[in-house]
Amino acid sequence: MIDFADVAMRLFENMYYLVSVILFVIGFHTMLTHSNLIKKVIGMNIMDTAIFLFFVSTGYVQGGVAPIIEPGVEQAYINPLPTALILTGIVVAVSVTAFALSLVVKIYEHYGTLDAEEIMRIRSTES
Amino acid sequence: MRLILTLIFLAMIAFVLVATVAEMPTFGDPGNPTNNEVPQRYIEGAVEETGALNVISSIIMDYRAFDTLGEATVLFLAIIGALATLKAH
Amino acid sequence: MEDLIVRMVSRIVVPFIQVYGFYVILHGHLTPGGSFSGGAILGSSMILFALAFNLERGAKKLSHETSTIVECAGAGWFAILGLVGIYMGQNFLTNKEAGFYMGAPGDLVSSGAIVLITLGLGLKVASTVVTLFYSLIEVEGDAHD
Repeated sequence: MIDFADVAMRLFENMYYLVSVILFVIGFHTMLTHSNLIKKVIGMNIMDTAIFLFFVSTGYVQGGVAPIIEPGVEQAYINPLPTALILTGIVVAVSVTAFALSLVVKIYEHYGTLDAEEIMRIRSTES
Repeated sequence: MRLILTLIFLAMIAFVLVATVAEMPTFGDPGNPTNNEVPQRYIEGAVEETGALNVISSIIMDYRAFDTLGEATVLFLAIIGALATLKAH
Repeated sequence: MEDLIVRMVSRIVVPFIQVYGFYVILHGHLTPGGSFSGGAILGSSMILFALAFNLERGAKKLSHETSTIVECAGAGWFAILGLVGIYMGQNFLTNKEAGFYMGAPGDLVSSGAIVLITLGLGLKVASTVVTLFYSLIEVEGDAHD
């Protein structure tokens, strides 16, 4: 029914997409499992990096070079449009990380601990 | 118990994503759907219309400069949010 | 931190890092790079200086008010360059039809508004990184290491 050799061959050709999916699942697992708040922020950053890798690698053209035009030389250039869109995305990811870290600092000042389950326990007993 | 439910959930998500990746167009194909006439127009018209040799610089600062203005606003908002959170008494 | 080797090496290395950051910002239209990576390099050199020496000496080099003013000026410079296009009768944020100076492709002074926007955004990103670092470090309370 499912030809495993065919699927494995196509996954081996699209290796960059497969690696970005693996990175995304690793970041998601870090964010769900650990209870330290800073590890959750790091997990979110790993998921962002996986999405950037996936998006930029859709623009590769076989035999192309980086899009810096040399006058007088005829070459095949890669697709510059996904790279230009991801530049904005990287800055947004850095801004969200900075804001999340400042929130973590204020939570630590108020509750005295960085453990998410401890914080939920403290919040359920205070009125 | 929660760990087993988490692993089952992650396995379902990973299965859906890998099945999607196996159906995508080949990596590095010049006949990709993303290589339509828009990047060709940007590469051909970059030197005459903007004068910059770096095509990505001319895209983010001349053809699509409005998006860069929005992104400078996002940087500004991050600073305001972080300062307002940290300096509140 | 009060280490002698870190102080001696960073005193030598920081000017080279700043020159390299300025090079990446200024040649944004000729080589890979541009405003965001050049601004991050320039901001990292100030963070390295503040970490190797005291925080008071780092704050005297680039004070809090100066970095706030530089950041707001960078964003306002971008908006003013866009309004020049409206003043000349074209759309918002135009480059060649609005009368900016276009030299020969490949020179350093060429391609009109791209160099000016790159300079403004590079300084803005550098001061963003420095302001974030100072506001996250100087949190009062039981701040110790």
